[in-house]
Amino acid sequence: MSLHQLTITEAHEGLRKKDFSARELTDACLEHINAVDGDVHAYLSVHDESARAHAQSVDEKIARGEEIGIMAGIPCAIKDVLLIEGTRTTAGSKMLEHYQASYDATVISKLKKQGTVFLGKTNLDEFAMGTSTENSAYGPTHNPWDLSRVPGGSSGGSAAAVAASECIAALGSDTGGSIRQPAGFCGVTGLKPTYGAVSRYGLIAMASSLDQIGPFAKTVEDAALFFDAIKGPDPHDSSSAAARTEQTHQSLKNPIAGMKIGIPKECFIDALDPVIEKSVRDALEVLKSLGADVVDIELPTTPYALSVYYIIQPAEVSANLARFDGMRYGTRAAWTKDLAEMYSKSRQEGLGAETRRRIILGTYTLAAGYYDAYYKKAQAVRELVRRDFANAFRTVDCIVTPTSPSLAFHIGEKSSDPLQLYLEDVFTVSANIAGVPGLAVPCGFAEKDGAHLPIGMQFLGRHFDEETILRAGYAYQQATDWHTQKSPLS
Amino acid sequence: MALTKQDIEHIARLARLELSEEEKERFSSQLSSILDYVGQLSEVDTKGVEYHYHVEGLFNVMAPDEIGATGQTARDALLAAMPDRTGDLLKVKSVFQ
Repeated sequence: MSLHQLTITEAHEGLRKKDFSARELTDACLEHINAVDGDVHAYLSVHDESARAHAQSVDEKIARGEEIGIMAGIPCAIKDVLLIEGTRTTAGSKMLEHYQASYDATVISKLKKQGTVFLGKTNLDEFAMGTSTENSAYGPTHNPWDLSRVPGGSSGGSAAAVAASECIAALGSDTGGSIRQPAGFCGVTGLKPTYGAVSRYGLIAMASSLDQIGPFAKTVEDAALFFDAIKGPDPHDSSSAAARTEQTHQSLKNPIAGMKIGIPKECFIDALDPVIEKSVRDALEVLKSLGADVVDIELPTTPYALSVYYIIQPAEVSANLARFDGMRYGTRAAWTKDLAEMYSKSRQEGLGAETRRRIILGTYTLAAGYYDAYYKKAQAVRELVRRDFANAFRTVDCIVTPTSPSLAFHIGEKSSDPLQLYLEDVFTVSANIAGVPGLAVPCGFAEKDGAHLPIGMQFLGRHFDEETILRAGYAYQQATDWHTQKSPLS
Repeated sequence: MALTKQDIEHIARLARLELSEEEKERFSSQLSSILDYVGQLSEVDTKGVEYHYHVEGLFNVMAPDEIGATGQTARDALLAAMPDRTGDLLKVKSVFQ
């Protein structure tokens, strides 16, 4: 196995035992990016110089005989919606084409302290809105399993970078499924932590009551280690919470015998591809064989979660993205006659079609006369969805569903119909609506039109109980080998 | 719920967005079908349901009211990000004619 294909755990072992240096590990990743990213287009920018320099300083630490942390010297890819001081951060938008971040996001400063190496910034749907990464102003990312297909979205670049072994692990963000759905499409592991478990300071805000940062990795064990490295409350993010302080990776290997796993009847919708349903049912058999108790449950309000999402999300987008007006930073239109025209022209030139569509939708549902019928109603139904989960978690420890109703689709296949793309989120949005954590793992493959395509499922858990879903995912990966299959470009 | 071109023009003005004629047509049909879809929420009985704006019920998170200093590096970076300026001053279009 080549160095760039290693997991965090394996790379850390190798660094500690001096089998290879951090510099060699980083170089291997950078060389592989050079070799395959022309086809995948996972990265929007590659920071080779600073990556090599950071790796070098980890090597000096090792040479001095100092202990290194688990994330030290690990080459990671960062979704281009997180700020790294002094580097270009575009959010996939033309609006921020030349924007240089003036500070580090909290997750970045935490990782910097630990000596993590940042390889570069990954592609995404503009401002993290989308399910295919086709909404990027810088062109789509291609799925490493079949380059004619999308990697999912919005964190498609990070998911593809892990699937193509263009990094050891990556960071993404998940507002309605943007970590879990691309993890499913690309056959990698992805964790959306509980709302508030990870600080969002330095994440370009999209929908503030839903956004959460989380890791992409090659295994559940890596995802747990990465999550432990970035979680915790932060005075800079007033919505971050004093989550449980124990390290999830420490209890990861505890058996799951007796764990109660719920399977909601609401996830077997007509639109669900039968091949995905079969894989998820097979996975439940595997979990049963490990001693888990699988039971049918009901989440009666979750069929409405998607509608709740597509009211609340655009409403918050319309408010958050009001700051992109060409005034203090970002793209400003030239030759405008007055202030009002400068705003509207700058926003026309800087923002893409999907972003503007959602701003219009959100402005409409928040407007006087419609607020009660849409936004207030959606908030009330959101509360009912939250109660559905609270009720279910009185009897089960976690819940399993597919990550998406369909396999990775072709680039361009659904882009003319926004509603079709929105339906991609049908299984993932409920977790954001309720604020609960979700862990996506590969659970099979399907042969379609000559392509070998990954299938994903997710474990949903109680608020701040990432420990249980990571433990379930870890046990599942010990019993299966879907996560060890490598894409042709890895 | 059908959105007319006039509705779209009104909302676009509120959102400070300029749209082309073609976009106004396209958005009005696309947004109408999205609003039809989310209209299914009216089926849900929400009478008497109270809700919080934070899923965990977190509210009124306090921080000390202190002025933090901005370092020279951050100051330079913020100034450098301005699309148009004279010295350290941000240049904008006149507000009043």
